[in-house]
Amino acid sequence: MTTATTGFIGKSVRRTEDPRLITGRGTYVDDVRLVGMLHMALVRSPHAHARIRKVNVARAAKAPGVVAVFTGADLQEQLGSLPAGWVLKDMKQPPHPPLAYEKVRCVGDAVAAVVADSLYAAADAAQLVDVDYEQLPAVVDAEKATKRGAPLLHKEAPNNTAFDWSVGGGDYDAAAKKAEVVVKQRFINQRLIPNAMETRGVVADYNPGTNQITLWTSTQIPHLVRLLFSAITGHPEQQVRVIAPEVGGGFGSKLYIYAEEIITGMIAKNLGRPVKWVEGRQENYMATTHGRDHITDAEICGNRDGTVTGLKCTVYSNMGGYLSTFAPLIPTILYGLLLSGVYKVPNISCRVYGVFTNTTPVDAYRGAGRPEATYLVERLMERFAHEIGRDPVAVRRKNFLPPFKNGRTVATGVNYDSGNYRAVVDKALEMFDYRAFRQEQRAARRSGKLVGVGFSTYIEISGLAPSAVAAALGGGAGTWESSTVRIHPTGKVTVYTGTSPHGQGHETSLSQVAAQELGVPMEHIEVLHGDTDKQQFGTGTFGSRSIAVGGGALVMSLRKVKDKARKIAAHQMGVPEKNVMFENGAFYAKDIREKQMPFATVAGEAYHAKNLPKGLEPGLEATSFFNPENFTWPFGCHIAVVEIDEATGQTKLKRYVAVDDVGNVINPMIVDGMVHGGVAQGIGQAMQEGAVYGEDGQLLTGSMLDYAVPTAEDLPSFETARTVTPSPSNPLGVKGAGEAGTIAATPAVVNAAVDALAHLGIKHLDMPLSSERIWRAIQEAKGERTAARSARAKAARRARR
Amino acid sequence: MPHEITVTVNGTRHTSSVEPRLLLAHYLRDVLNLTGTHVGCDTTSCGACTVLLNRNAVKSCTVLAVQANGGEVTTVEGLAKDGKYHPIQQAFWDKHGLQCGFCTPGMMVTAVQILERNPKPSEEEIRSGLRGNLCRCTGYHNIIEAVKAAAAAAMAAGDRKR
Repeated sequence: MTTATTGFIGKSVRRTEDPRLITGRGTYVDDVRLVGMLHMALVRSPHAHARIRKVNVARAAKAPGVVAVFTGADLQEQLGSLPAGWVLKDMKQPPHPPLAYEKVRCVGDAVAAVVADSLYAAADAAQLVDVDYEQLPAVVDAEKATKRGAPLLHKEAPNNTAFDWSVGGGDYDAAAKKAEVVVKQRFINQRLIPNAMETRGVVADYNPGTNQITLWTSTQIPHLVRLLFSAITGHPEQQVRVIAPEVGGGFGSKLYIYAEEIITGMIAKNLGRPVKWVEGRQENYMATTHGRDHITDAEICGNRDGTVTGLKCTVYSNMGGYLSTFAPLIPTILYGLLLSGVYKVPNISCRVYGVFTNTTPVDAYRGAGRPEATYLVERLMERFAHEIGRDPVAVRRKNFLPPFKNGRTVATGVNYDSGNYRAVVDKALEMFDYRAFRQEQRAARRSGKLVGVGFSTYIEISGLAPSAVAAALGGGAGTWESSTVRIHPTGKVTVYTGTSPHGQGHETSLSQVAAQELGVPMEHIEVLHGDTDKQQFGTGTFGSRSIAVGGGALVMSLRKVKDKARKIAAHQMGVPEKNVMFENGAFYAKDIREKQMPFATVAGEAYHAKNLPKGLEPGLEATSFFNPENFTWPFGCHIAVVEIDEATGQTKLKRYVAVDDVGNVINPMIVDGMVHGGVAQGIGQAMQEGAVYGEDGQLLTGSMLDYAVPTAEDLPSFETARTVTPSPSNPLGVKGAGEAGTIAATPAVVNAAVDALAHLGIKHLDMPLSSERIWRAIQEAKGERTAARSARAKAARRARR
Repeated sequence: MPHEITVTVNGTRHTSSVEPRLLLAHYLRDVLNLTGTHVGCDTTSCGACTVLLNRNAVKSCTVLAVQANGGEVTTVEGLAKDGKYHPIQQAFWDKHGLQCGFCTPGMMVTAVQILERNPKPSEEEIRSGLRGNLCRCTGYHNIIEAVKAAAAAAMAAGDRKR
């Protein structure tokens, strides 16, 4: 089923997107300007938990430039409630009004909208809206929120618990009883703020003559936004057009239906005028979803020969104040199903509580569940190896699943597509001299320098997804992808894809696929995306699915148009169809090479329609929907080297090696770029990022001054390489590359830091690895060692006496 | 009270009447319709809005339009000359120094200044020079490669001239 990676596929072609982006001619939402456009500012709650007693808009309504002010109560009926698009068994799904009217449940909940003729006027008037709040006690910690007496967010969800989900295989308790070693550890996977460089924004236009609402929105899922906008507001779906123009990064944070999309659209409808809302960065920190935030008690069991026999975890997963669109999927399916990692682990037990707290909703952030799972598995492997006194690489190798090409089922019940886990470790160790490093490490320690190495051999689940499987697991929409290929009469090509890129370079990669299949130059191909009035339906770009699923849909359409063109060529050349060959963009008759028709000539004939085979429709165009049979399962081995200053705790990343297997690769330059960016975000979590709430629910890291997005100075250059194990799940044999780096990086870096400090007796460090945290850990360890030494000396003295 | 200002942007003189509180970034984007300069934060942290004001890289979200009165501004739209990309634009394209493109205008403008002040920067100097510009897509790896390539191209061009 796999296409050979020759010709256009597999080449590092420069991106076709770039000329407009390097000249400042890309059109992002904030660049959209419509005649008569108004500007909207939202009034947001400063309290984490409060009842709304009264909203007085009188002063704001009279302010200069103000056209209208709306409260949640004004629009209650029109705005409806934002649903979760993923529904687990017995899940509690309380209402989520886009504009709050009874209660606010996190700092940043919107309570009123001010519309004015300029951005500055709207912002000024928003300050004049007077909201009378009755403050309520707040809870921000997912574990504490489930305890008796905790403040209750939603009456529909007792103990603040939205769901209680579990997965497993074998019998962990029995395995632990039999095991020679059981290692227990509590892990905090801290909350992150995604920080796409472009914040969200919406421009909405309404034409009362056609009843058409048009939304320009910074989203990864224009087609799902249209579907959900229509479902929530009741506005007819065919009269909603959603356009995702240039989108400045997403990383999962633009993968939902958001309150502001509903609010802006319906206010434009009410006023009959275009309305623009663009999120400020501090607003983004409160109003755009966060990621991660797990509190986990975990254990791993096995024998002293290095065999792992079981893994167990209990997770409190923070959902924030409401369930965002995909939130229930992330800590369950995309987490629990991955707990076998790349290993044979016969006994697995996982229980996840999804918990409401008075914080910004948490949903997918690059990796989405898989970084949390990989961090857990890879840290536990390291802890286990350390506990039995064996080398962590050797212990990993001992437990690897052997290589396989066509399916392998693990204890969590999922079927990995293809894998060769030894190969990525071998390749990584060609790039990194492990033995030499251990010698250097010992020598460095003697001279008072602390260095450490950390490994992460990860697997991830991507290419979402087989629709029936997704639906069985709670998915509320099909997870196929679609394409249309339109051949113009001149032989030029337009590709319409349902995927919706925001930096991934789909225009380039999909052009490469089309050029390869049709034998036409890339300059003759235009790839269009992100406009529900132009494309057939689509699902969108997330979960590293666009080339695996969207590329699959494209190949199907390309083959359909090529088959039809072949019929026309055969008819006109007067040879049987089976004798028509295709090479270098031309059809030719087998054995009669001079009899040939260039693809463009056949295209012209398809539209001229003067001499087509009997019964064949004119035109040359095809639409396809690809619904894969399985997910794809990329994997790899990452190695981090850190150096720690013992006096200050300052930790520096000295080297980072990434070997990934993402199946076949369309454009190596683009894949490398995605690995770099993913790794940087993983390193960010491991070393410096973290969203912090006060006990009262105030977001203490409320701006870019307080939240440490990595800068160029914080990171090294990366060393990347690949192995290729094609996926049997799709026609291109690709696996997906967008999230691998983020999934792999956190345990590699933390394992390295713990390795650097292991001789002091340090076994675990939570993220981020701030200087303070490491310094404290060193002081504590030294204190314990000193105390232990003096206790031993005392005991010895006593024994001598 | 609106103020009258005259600013030369990318070689063209503009005279406008602006509110004193209008930010230079908003002046460029909303008054002159030069939307290549992006606004990515509200705390002078991200650098997406970086432009050259009198040959100094500044974050245009933290400069008032009235402060640019009488000055010369270069934005991303002014980098290419005579239909030819500036070497930094060419290098960002060749080396895949951008993904979503949102930070790119500010990143390139800052890089132009780095190379003007130090034509042969080390990797460390490039990283330090770019620390006021955030990128979330590239991990900076290929941005650094692009700046190195632009420096090498400028050096080679200089050698040819000599």
